[in-house]
Amino acid sequence: MTLRESQIMKIHYITGLAALFVVAVHIIMRLIMPFNTSLEYGNVIANYHNILYAILLESILILIALHGFNGVRIILIELRQNKHWENGVTIFTIIAMITIVAYGTRTIIMANGLGFE
Amino acid sequence: MASRNFNTLCTSGEKILMEISKERNNNDRDNREGLKGWLNPSRYGWERLSYWLQRLTGVFLIVYFIGHVYETSSLTRGLDAWNAMLQLTQTPWGHLFLILVIGTSTFHSSNGIRLIFTHAGKGLGRPGRPDYPYDAISLNYRQRSGIWVALILAAVAMLYGTSVLFGGK
Amino acid sequence: MDLGLNKMDKPIDKIGMLGKKNRIDDKKNDETIPEKILLKVFRAGGRVRDFAHFDRFEVPVQRWTTVLDALLYAKSYQDSSIGIRYSCRMASCGSCGMKINGIPRLACYTKISELAGSTITCEPLLNFPHIRDLVTDFSQFFKHHKEMQPYIHNKNADIKDTRKLSEFKQSPEDVDKYLQFSNCIKCGLCYSACPTVATDTKFPGPQALSQVYRYYADTRDDAIKERLDIVDERHGIWRCHFAGSCSVVCPKGIDPALGIQLLRGYMMGFSKNEKKIAELMDRLSEE
Repeated sequence: MTLRESQIMKIHYITGLAALFVVAVHIIMRLIMPFNTSLEYGNVIANYHNILYAILLESILILIALHGFNGVRIILIELRQNKHWENGVTIFTIIAMITIVAYGTRTIIMANGLGFE
Repeated sequence: MASRNFNTLCTSGEKILMEISKERNNNDRDNREGLKGWLNPSRYGWERLSYWLQRLTGVFLIVYFIGHVYETSSLTRGLDAWNAMLQLTQTPWGHLFLILVIGTSTFHSSNGIRLIFTHAGKGLGRPGRPDYPYDAISLNYRQRSGIWVALILAAVAMLYGTSVLFGGK
Repeated sequence: MDLGLNKMDKPIDKIGMLGKKNRIDDKKNDETIPEKILLKVFRAGGRVRDFAHFDRFEVPVQRWTTVLDALLYAKSYQDSSIGIRYSCRMASCGSCGMKINGIPRLACYTKISELAGSTITCEPLLNFPHIRDLVTDFSQFFKHHKEMQPYIHNKNADIKDTRKLSEFKQSPEDVDKYLQFSNCIKCGLCYSACPTVATDTKFPGPQALSQVYRYYADTRDDAIKERLDIVDERHGIWRCHFAGSCSVVCPKGIDPALGIQLLRGYMMGFSKNEKKIAELMDRLSEE
């Protein structure tokens, strides 16, 4: 199942817009208490224990990974246009998205306490 | 008879040109400006500048994002790892870098919103009958002010970020 | 921007000032036009790298001398081997496109007086394969245009039956929707200025894409889906990022960027176009 380019671009715009809101909330979380205090280990872990915040972080991960790596894909396919390069770029994009989402999700889950000692 | 000869002349001319193109190993890359065309934003006005900045900030932000996801994963290695990470990043240089991130993300977002409207065909004007001096209607004051607003918002955000990070309690 | 039009007496001065809005590389108003300028012309043989160098010519100029005039002066009196394409000398044929002082312009449409400095550098258009001196190869440019099927598709129009005098009913408002895009002279300046064309060999370029809009907006054309399928590709319309350089350099005010964004708006579903296909009226010829 291949996506048409117009569908990919719609995803790009929607993820960009949605990411704006969730990232704004993420930044505000650092400002509800003095900045340095908000970065203390205990406070950060407390944030992760909040399930809503964990969902927020997960959505940031997915939205930004989609938007950002699609952007990189666009830049790369504009640079060179042979079949090997384009296929390679597509594969790289998908792998990169999956990797970063997986890695970030691991952090969230572990910090949330489900796998954390 | 005459028309047939004329036809042959035209198609022969085209053939000759195609052969010249093939001979020179013309893989369409000849004389393309290449990456240099992307990197110099100074010649074609505001929209070209916005294109350049949007790309630059986008690449910077994705690189930052990858680094950020990695740095926050130090949480899973316990208190010591987290504090070591903080030692590395909560420094004056680290703060400056973060301020840059704040500025670039604000610019990228506000300009991106403007671009979403533009790519949807809004705010560009209607086609009509161009007259001397044949200025393009899509490059209007609305778009220019949108770019300025994005730049100003980025500057304001950077100032606020500086006050939080460097003026902290 | 106050051009001081009220302070000018002669209409000819006012006309001269009107062209200043979007121009880059502009001369200040009170600078006098030099009597002679140095024309630097790019010279190269069959391949760009073969003996590529700049030849310098001193050319006398007057108030309305264009770059094309200067080049032809150099060709007539100093070096007749300069390779240059030109035809109409009035920005109507699109032949004399070249990079003048770093920006793609029509040589016949660019006055020496509107360029800053007394050295004018003429180079061949970028993004086109180079043939010789200032002449470039337009075959790929035309190929992209042809791929967009730049002709009216209408399944009701019977072009074989010559007895029927079929006529499309189109109002002036319908014509205004696409008229400016039909003024394209295929000079290639937009193709040369576009940052995507600079790296992407499969991108059709602003000219071809604006022609897709021209036929899409034309009420006589009913092949909407087919046209959009042609450009809804990985290297199609979506690789335009509205850098606007095409519209800055277009000498006819076609504004290809506008056409492309309007087409994108329709493809994304933002603008709903209730395009009514023009009614075809048949009248049998009196025989």
